Amino acid sequence: MMKRDEMLKVFARQRKDEIAVAVYTAAQEITHIAPNDLNYTFVGAMGQGSSHALGLALGRPDKKVVVFDGDGSLLMNLGSLVTIANQAPKNYVHCLCENGCYETNGSVPTPRSGQIRFADLAKTAGYKKTFEISDLAEWERELPNILKEEGPVFVTLKVEAGEAYPENFRRLYSLEHRENFRRKLASS
Amino acid sequence: MADYPLSAEAIKNEFKRAGIHFVVALPDRVTSHHLLKGLMADPEFKVVQVCKEDEGISICSGLYAAGHKSVFMMQYTGFLDSINAIRGVAVEGHFPVCMVVGLLGKEPDLAPTKSEKLGVKITEPILDVLGIEHHLIERNADTQAIAPAIDKAFASSSPTAILIGREPR
Repeated sequence: MMKRDEMLKVFARQRKDEIAVAVYTAAQEITHIAPNDLNYTFVGAMGQGSSHALGLALGRPDKKVVVFDGDGSLLMNLGSLVTIANQAPKNYVHCLCENGCYETNGSVPTPRSGQIRFADLAKTAGYKKTFEISDLAEWERELPNILKEEGPVFVTLKVEAGEAYPENFRRLYSLEHRENFRRKLASS
Repeated sequence: MADYPLSAEAIKNEFKRAGIHFVVALPDRVTSHHLLKGLMADPEFKVVQVCKEDEGISICSGLYAAGHKSVFMMQYTGFLDSINAIRGVAVEGHFPVCMVVGLLGKEPDLAPTKSEKLGVKITEPILDVLGIEHHLIERNADTQAIAPAIDKAFASSSPTAILIGREPR
């Protein structure tokens, strides 16, 4: 099991010019841990991160899109696995932060918490390659390979809450930051 | 066919006039046979099929953030099913999601709010409450409102709804 913030710090260290889509607590954390104009946190409704990321990946096939989804979120939008696999964007990396609960909503366990192999669901849906990682050193070692793989790639990351970071929902959904994202992406 | 009041080709041409390349869609009985299949067969369009309608709201938003215009085709049932995504992403998030909504079962030339079908009857009032502009397309003359509605949505970064009141052929 990895602390989620430690997992994101590894991503921040290895990140080059990837778009990062993040949801819920991961979205709050990434703005502190990996501040970047290409952070996309404007998801707007639970479960929708993977679908926003698909739009970005289809719209900019030259840019790698890494989404940090949640297990509760993905359970709300499981069909997106099929939609994504059907489009088969080569630049799509779907990282699932599996913590087994609805952390933002009182840490109530998800249905079948810990008993679902999400990577198997992704493989069955048609993702090209899947990984399951529960150890920080392994994540550090595998991430360069994951980012080089032809997508869509699915990565289950077994995580738990780490250090607490300040929440700023206005930042997550800020129109100013969204428009800045658009400008920076257009020029990159 | 010459006397039929609504042409699928006219709608498709409006999408072209508005600079649409990406069409996100979940088949809708009103529009699938002639319009959606026609779009799928046209190399100028890239159709992205979704499994559930709220995905489409978000895919169109991601496409916008990546610099593309798109439309999202669905049935009114899917619109009703996607209200939270429409509220959170398109309205409060100010994403120019252009929804093309088939009003399955709407009686010809009757205002949707007068329909016997509850889902059809409540669609426009819900759009009004959400503050989303809507345009009813039932005859070929109506189609000329489509491209300007899409242009306005992207210029103002706000969603719009094109309501298809009868099957285009």
